Amino acid sequence: MTFTVPDIAWAQLTPVLIVLGAAVVGVLVEALVPRRVRRVVQLTLTLVALGGAVVAVAALWNSVADTGGTEVLGGSLLVDGPTLVLWAITAVLALLAVLVIADRTATGEDAFAPQGAAVPGSGYEEAARAAGLEQTEVYPLVLFATGGMLIFPATGDLLTLFVALEVLSLPLYLLTGLSRRRRLLSQEASMKYFLLGSFASALLLFGIALLYGFSGSLRYAEIADAVRTVSGMDGLLLAGSLLVLAGLLFKVGAVPFHSWTPDVYQGAPTPITGFMAACTKVAAFGALVRVFYTVVPDLRWDLEPVMWTVAIATMAVGTVVALVQTDIKRVLAYSSIAHAGFVLTGVVALVQSGITAVLFYLLAYGAATVGAFGIVSLVRERGAVRAGAGAGVGAAARVPALATAGSASAGTGASDGTAASAAAGASAGSTADVVGTGSGADGAADPDGEEPPVEAEGPILGEATHLSQWAGLGRTNPVLATTFALFLLSFAGIPLTAGFTGKFAVFSAAVEGDAWPLAVVGVLASAAAAFFYVRIIVLMFFTSPHGGPRDDADDEARPGAVVVASQGFAVVAIGACAVLTVLLGVLPGPVLDAIAGVAQLLP
Amino acid sequence: MTLTNYLVLSGILFSIGAATVLLRRNAIIVFMGVELMLNATNLALVTFSRLHGDLTGQVMAFFVMVVAAAEVVVGLAIIVSIFRTRKSASVDDINLLKS
Repeated sequence: MTFTVPDIAWAQLTPVLIVLGAAVVGVLVEALVPRRVRRVVQLTLTLVALGGAVVAVAALWNSVADTGGTEVLGGSLLVDGPTLVLWAITAVLALLAVLVIADRTATGEDAFAPQGAAVPGSGYEEAARAAGLEQTEVYPLVLFATGGMLIFPATGDLLTLFVALEVLSLPLYLLTGLSRRRRLLSQEASMKYFLLGSFASALLLFGIALLYGFSGSLRYAEIADAVRTVSGMDGLLLAGSLLVLAGLLFKVGAVPFHSWTPDVYQGAPTPITGFMAACTKVAAFGALVRVFYTVVPDLRWDLEPVMWTVAIATMAVGTVVALVQTDIKRVLAYSSIAHAGFVLTGVVALVQSGITAVLFYLLAYGAATVGAFGIVSLVRERGAVRAGAGAGVGAAARVPALATAGSASAGTGASDGTAASAAAGASAGSTADVVGTGSGADGAADPDGEEPPVEAEGPILGEATHLSQWAGLGRTNPVLATTFALFLLSFAGIPLTAGFTGKFAVFSAAVEGDAWPLAVVGVLASAAAAFFYVRIIVLMFFTSPHGGPRDDADDEARPGAVVVASQGFAVVAIGACAVLTVLLGVLPGPVLDAIAGVAQLLP
Repeated sequence: MTLTNYLVLSGILFSIGAATVLLRRNAIIVFMGVELMLNATNLALVTFSRLHGDLTGQVMAFFVMVVAAAEVVVGLAIIVSIFRTRKSASVDDINLLKS
């Protein structure tokens, strides 16, 4: 047995190396840099690394466009045109998502728990919050996840595929559980994501073992060769490829592997939701396209019925269930399932233009997603007003204490802020929406207490995710609501937005690949989906505040939504996403041409 | 004793693991089911490696062990943090997230 040292083309690997290297440095920063400056250092490092990855991809572009790509690390990674496009999309979207993640808003608090290990509602958590602790580990975790996402679609063998899958998944499981507010929901989402995710990766792994048993190799190219030659082990091949596809379909959130999506999207901290909704989907679809186009294309007659069923079911379930959701994050989650179905039509088409269409769609969808979740993270609830010690407050009765999470765990609603300054009140009330304050009743009990002198403004709490709270947002915050409407229109696929171009591209690829029934279902699903996007827009612009649909069983009066001012990071990200959405809708030509020019997978 | 027997055993172990994940209600037990699936896969990989006379499968098995260890770290951290909050690791008690 001889061992040949693989030829490592370092230059081709720079985007991955930059991101993973920065992640490792980030871990060291966590250990060595004093807490005062840690956040600034981590943030700078993360932004520089992701920006550097974008630059490195741009630097590689011409040589790859000329040569058609190279195998690096002895064929473990394939740096070809689609890889570069996916790298660029992932890095850009991750950069924008990190801007949203970094934004502490006017409340001075980011979206993450002060101490992830602290029990929600405990004194320790309160102390950590009061001390102003922050989990700056978030940034290295995001970088590790991004590194995994860069490797995932570029893999040339199944071993690297599996390792990359875990590298991208494990940080996301943790990030999901780190929400500052509604921590029980967050931890629950984290556990669901972890258990289902590890189950899916076990399925994928067994599929890999079967494919290895079938072909005697883990390389995509050699497996594809083995598929072409007739052998007596078709059972292994078919079971193996179905299991591998199941693992990948889980990551993209396709029916019947979608059940984690709404729960995780709802429970995760909103900036993280935006990050994983956009970037995970890009990476997973990249890997799915590569496996489907280069490993098992000769199985298309066996796999097509399965994939068709999955695509149709995904579009139908995503669209229909989204219609009845009342939580904005769940609406966006089901919409992401529907979008996974739309992209699948382009994947199943199995034609060259399908690759271009899928890549473009991922960019369009990702830009709108990061922007939309960025906006969701800025729309907040205002808590109950409490005046100084002991005084009864009429206003508190009008806006009773919220119990949005429904998670009445132990603890006190320690929002004893004096309501003098909004900033001070905001920090004091931050635990209130975890535990649900019991302070509404005693406010009304004392009518002859003196009225609070000035304001009827309580502390700013967590996100106002219930749809009814978004009513009238277009009147109070026209710019923000208009931007959100733009993203929704892009999701719906209205012309002059990026979503339309993307949908047009995948559906025409499906028609070209003789999968026109999929295109028909896709168009019908888009039409149905437009209904609930437009419903949100109507809610924002043509409904007066507090007049929204009250379709919840608990007729709890919900506090209205307020928009907190961003520190600037999120505004930049949302603005960039909006510009991208409009540009890709109005002038998609150059981008489509650039992608089509390199969209040739290495065998 | 042919090598096929090992594959059958691997398939049985994998099925037991999958059934554990789908049927049991304690998060720790569910997680053990996942680990059983991973180890069943290792057995299959090593057997196929022997069948093909090729070392790649054994290398892959090592990678799987490392990844499984990393998964244990992350998974137990999540499960323990939930347990400390709720004094329960049952996946049925965890039902706040419903549409």
